[in-house]
Amino acid sequence: MANSVGKIVAIYGNMVTAEVNDVVTQNAVAYCCKRRDGVKLKAEIIRLRGKRVDMQVFESTRGLVIGDTVEITPDLLSVKLGPGLLAQIYDGLQNPLPKLAQSCGFFLQAGVYEEPLDMAKKWEFTPLCKPGDSVCAAYHLGWVPEGIFQHKILVPPYVVGTWKIKEIVGTGQYCIDEKIATLVNAQGQEIFVSMTFSWPVKLPMPGYAERLLPEQPLITQQRIIDSMFPVCQGGTYCIPGPFGAGKTVMQQITSRYALIDIVIIAACGERAGEVVETLREFPELEDPKTGKKLMERTIIICNTSSMPVAARESSVYTAVTLAEYYRLMGLNVLLLADSTSRWAQALREMSGRLEEIPGEEAFPAYLESVIANFYERAALVKLYNGSLGSITIGGTVSPAGGNFEEPVTQATLKVVGAFHGLSRARSDARRFPSIDPLESWSKYQGAVLPDQIQIAQNVLRRGHEIAQMMTVVGEEGTGIQDFIMYLKMEFFDRVYLQQNAFHEVDRACSLERQNHVLSLMLEILEHEFSIKTKDEARQFFFQLQSLGLNWNESPWQSASFQEIESKIRKLLL
Amino acid sequence: MRKVYSDIDNIDQITGNVVRLKACNVGYEDLAMIESGRGTSLAQVIKLDGEQVYLQIFAGTKGVSTGDRVRFFGHSMKVSFSENLLGRIFRGNGVPRDGRAPLEENMIEIGTPSVNPALRVMPSHMIRTGIPMIDLFNSLVESQKLPIFSVPGEPYNSLLARIGLQAEADVIVFGGMGLKYDDYLFFRNTFEKGGVLHRSILFVHTAADPVVECLLVPDMALAVAETFAVQQNKRVLVLLTDMTAFSDALKEIAIIMEQIPSNRGYPGDLYSQLAKRYEKAVDFEGRGSVTVLSVTTMPGDDVTHPVPDNTGYITEGQFYLRRGWIEPFGSLSRLKQLVNGKTRDDHRAIMTACIQLYAKCKESREKQAMGFVMSNWDKKLLGYGRRFEQEMMDLKVNIPLEEALNRCWQILAEFFNPQEVGITERLIEKYWPKKYGKD
Repeated sequence: MANSVGKIVAIYGNMVTAEVNDVVTQNAVAYCCKRRDGVKLKAEIIRLRGKRVDMQVFESTRGLVIGDTVEITPDLLSVKLGPGLLAQIYDGLQNPLPKLAQSCGFFLQAGVYEEPLDMAKKWEFTPLCKPGDSVCAAYHLGWVPEGIFQHKILVPPYVVGTWKIKEIVGTGQYCIDEKIATLVNAQGQEIFVSMTFSWPVKLPMPGYAERLLPEQPLITQQRIIDSMFPVCQGGTYCIPGPFGAGKTVMQQITSRYALIDIVIIAACGERAGEVVETLREFPELEDPKTGKKLMERTIIICNTSSMPVAARESSVYTAVTLAEYYRLMGLNVLLLADSTSRWAQALREMSGRLEEIPGEEAFPAYLESVIANFYERAALVKLYNGSLGSITIGGTVSPAGGNFEEPVTQATLKVVGAFHGLSRARSDARRFPSIDPLESWSKYQGAVLPDQIQIAQNVLRRGHEIAQMMTVVGEEGTGIQDFIMYLKMEFFDRVYLQQNAFHEVDRACSLERQNHVLSLMLEILEHEFSIKTKDEARQFFFQLQSLGLNWNESPWQSASFQEIESKIRKLLL
Repeated sequence: MRKVYSDIDNIDQITGNVVRLKACNVGYEDLAMIESGRGTSLAQVIKLDGEQVYLQIFAGTKGVSTGDRVRFFGHSMKVSFSENLLGRIFRGNGVPRDGRAPLEENMIEIGTPSVNPALRVMPSHMIRTGIPMIDLFNSLVESQKLPIFSVPGEPYNSLLARIGLQAEADVIVFGGMGLKYDDYLFFRNTFEKGGVLHRSILFVHTAADPVVECLLVPDMALAVAETFAVQQNKRVLVLLTDMTAFSDALKEIAIIMEQIPSNRGYPGDLYSQLAKRYEKAVDFEGRGSVTVLSVTTMPGDDVTHPVPDNTGYITEGQFYLRRGWIEPFGSLSRLKQLVNGKTRDDHRAIMTACIQLYAKCKESREKQAMGFVMSNWDKKLLGYGRRFEQEMMDLKVNIPLEEALNRCWQILAEFFNPQEVGITERLIEKYWPKKYGKD
């Protein structure tokens, strides 16, 4: 289908309206051609009314004139998939930022778009099937090595029905757009498959046999998450918190220490400085799972706050589409979106320009369903060959004024499986991670027994109540048993829930270690202490706490680890 | 100059600072000149709908008539860039405020696209200001963006002016928005007396000026700053006061354009608008840098007000100015860890110890207020707190970092034993003032 052509009739902010007398597809990509300098600005069609076509432009619309030409393509906004995605840094429209830097210098330039994948690079292809085999959508035809993974070459997921392989190339070096296989169906129709295909970002990618219930915990090596508020592979969770509560630090820690195949970071409308830390440090840091560089398992989608707003909206879809692609290879992908509030704000800006009737706080009425649709793209799936793949989505939310009642937080809480609420009070008190242990919840079954979590939660709740009471009646008015309960709560909080992200041992705590440490912690929490005075009790717990902190900093099963453990046990006798 | 539109009744709508007229071949965000009976004013295209052009009039629409002449320039707002800018004072629209000749050479565009994030570098240079609460406890870092959150009555402008005078920077670009005329004169005189005016450029919008000019101030200031950094490798410090006035100007225009307000009347894109300006703070690899220090007044001391709230999500920390000093709690420089390990080996230890002890002092004060008996330890803390406030927190204190560190050791030693301050043995050995001994 050829491009349709139209003329611009209205411009307001990043919304451009054109009149077109031809066939137009909703959500198709269009280009606004500036007559002044010939620059073509990418846009997406978001509304059709009669001949009038409303588009959101992914760049600044400065300098566009009424009457300028609009070229409307038949294709939806898509990403290009194929080997070479890993370790890339893209903007929200899958432009590789380092390549843009080479062509444009320090500043981004409107209308410059680069090829997302290296078309000239040769990949070593190994076939997994032979002529005559029956294949279906997302069937693994072969693989190429991409970093530490076998990057499977798929039958594109848009292929419908069963096909037979007519021809397939042998082992050898191929570019991504070279023909790999010819498929033929019962009607004698033929299609060619290369190592790359495009997929529209706003449509969930099919190609798996069925969705399964997430049961395998995702190990983040953060004690408070893995033990208290676990997340499962294929599940969803959200991290709301006011500014300065440590949302981005949480995401960075997770992206480093989570035991997962691939991490996709969608830096969506947040500070560029924070992405820079990831950009500069990941090529140096080691993946805890494979020992290779972290960058080799990471893709960064970077559409920071000062980059065009419309591309911010598409950046989360770009990220989740890349995740779906790797899931079809049987890999487990973790998608971290920071922050979904900025994405929702992009929706609000566009909705305002379209003059839609606003919902709460001027967010569009469809905000909830859009958020729900996004999180629903996370799932554990079974592929045609029985292997499993998953996408886990963790999104931060930046509620206005730190108030969790606002629409984005509430819409997100309805659809996620775990809630890690960050509190300003905890971060002010330097209690990190600042996940509030009383407010947060998880619907997933983690790697720790539910009974154990129950014990810990009871102590936290009871201890917190006593702490509040003490602010009124003072220490004098509190009974010794209650006081001990309060100290137990503080001890468990300090030694188990808090974790030092900057200490080389404490920053990552393996599941094995967590189980071991937690069982001793619970022994302490359940222990009946026969201490007579409050001073004595305080002294005792101080001692216990300082041992506990040193224990956290000793390498797992080292001599010092065992020595401290026996010291703690001795105190309990 | 392009076509002139001067037909009678060509302008068919005037609301607030926005007029609507019929014109063709006009580009979005193009600059125009409107000549009315009361003089001429620049204007900018903010909406195009068919033949209808919506113009935001920088000088306001008072006295604009439907028959006024409008000329379009065919390009967007620009500012002159050269060494000649140094020492000059302009209005928000680029017209000189100092009575000297206007500058028209080498015009550069304002409000240009953002820096490619892949080319940013990790900030690594500290900017010394001579204010211990900043240098020692929350170091300002080159390329940082940091606001001062303040209640309207606080001396935020004198703090900002002092930082301008004392900070290590090659060029200072000052952007004043909604300033009282007195405040403008204060900044000008301070810069003049302090001997920094020759390396400063001031863009000033006073409260008496048309509100639209206020919107231009940050873009003008940042465009000039960015160009000095990239083309001349200068380390530029941009001072912006008051960003709340800027946000209020945004609100005003948004309401006139009948945009749906999101929160307390502010437009839904307030976050993006603020971020677009603040994110201009960048360290350019192999070139200069832009650092942004701003003032955000908090109406009613309410940090959840949309302006400070959105700002907090954008900037890399904040200084709270309360009761005449920079609050040690709540104030935060997110980038300080990148620089304070490289100054003196006791910097971090003193930073942590002094603040922890001051926090404990506050607890003791609360106890005292509730009538509990003060222990010896409480008394030590109370004494320490008083001295710390007088000799460190007071904004009059003006000493280099090293002297501030020494003074902290002095205060600590006066009130505490070495084992009470929670600093490692090695540093105590090296820095604990000898005359106080070790017990």
